[in-house]
Amino acid sequence: MTENPQNVHPLEDLVRMDRIPHIWCPGCGTGSVFASCLTAMKQTGIPYNQFAMVSGIGCSGRGAGYINIDSFHTTHGRAIPFATGIKMASPDLNVIVFSGDGDLFAIGGNHFIHAARRNMDITVICVNNLTYGMTGGQVAATTPHLAKSSTTTVGNPETPFSLPFLAYASGATYIARWTMLHARDLADSIEEALVHKGFSFIEVLSPCPVNFGRRNKEKPLDTLKKYYENTIVRNGANPAELDIDYKKGVILGKFADIDKPTHDEKYKKMYWPDEK
Amino acid sequence: MKYWRVPLDSHEVQVTRGHVHIIADRCKGCGYCIAYCPREILEFSKAFNAKGYHPPVVKKDDCLNCHYCELLCPEFAIFSIER
Ligand code: SF4
Ligand code: SF4
Ligand code: SF4
Repeated sequence: MTENPQNVHPLEDLVRMDRIPHIWCPGCGTGSVFASCLTAMKQTGIPYNQFAMVSGIGCSGRGAGYINIDSFHTTHGRAIPFATGIKMASPDLNVIVFSGDGDLFAIGGNHFIHAARRNMDITVICVNNLTYGMTGGQVAATTPHLAKSSTTTVGNPETPFSLPFLAYASGATYIARWTMLHARDLADSIEEALVHKGFSFIEVLSPCPVNFGRRNKEKPLDTLKKYYENTIVRNGANPAELDIDYKKGVILGKFADIDKPTHDEKYKKMYWPDEK
Repeated sequence: MKYWRVPLDSHEVQVTRGHVHIIADRCKGCGYCIAYCPREILEFSKAFNAKGYHPPVVKKDDCLNCHYCELLCPEFAIFSIER
């Protein structure tokens, strides 16, 4: 290693460095997803003041507090309604929702399906760690069948959501899934989603070693090994076949990229036909 | 370098070279950069950082400047620049 007198990480201009170190545990994937997201924002070449980030509650919900642009840390499950409001008031802004599976699909599940149905022009990045990390590892709507959590101590009797399938059925026009280990594909996909016109959704599988891994005998590097060995990149895969099963292989890639009028466009056309 | 298969023209390809920088005191010791650097040039340091973790050190000065560790690190603790 050569000495770098400044030792300035290239993402530092987008991070509130006075708040680093962040709260995320050692081995938590949220920071990796966050780094890919910031890299994607840089890659678009869009000036930083034309972005806004909104998060809900949870570990990944802290994202909005660490980014050095206009951001909003909202109430639980309500990141998407706040983002919708920002987009309707300032249609030129690129609005990013950075939040977790619990916030977006359980507490805020209804908001997700309706924003997708309307093709609201926002980008939703869901850090899916399969549990409620911040509150102690309770079972979530994404916890795999039979997995252990603090509230399903002998295994989860329920069936989890397939998030990309849900997004597809609800009307999202850009849908992708990656893991935090596929950092380069993830950054490129987020970049694509940011410039995509319409509702974009990216699910990112990410380890929660402290509250999910520990209960399921999975060390952080074991989780990454599964991401590396038991995933298959298949762009354009059938959204109905995207359940998370590492024995079969978890399908990653881009599943939809559809051109459709956005809510904002349709609304303006009908209600303010005289505006440019 | 680990290849899935060795490209036929691998002897002709010019690989970029870089320097990897480690901001040791930010590291939380997850080891992700060490395990997934395509050149396998990193290893855990024997020393502790200010937070009590073992940060990575360079064991062989052979960085590809691929920026992968920079994207993967959850702590903004490692990055590469062109040599
Ligand atoms: S509890 Fe889990 S999700 Fe939350 S910061 Fe720790 S490892 Fe990450
Ligand atoms: S830039 Fe690439 S080759 Fe260099 S240390 Fe990082 S991961 Fe390894
Ligand atoms: S990825 Fe970052 S936090 Fe993890 S060991 Fe490497 S430098 Fe440290």
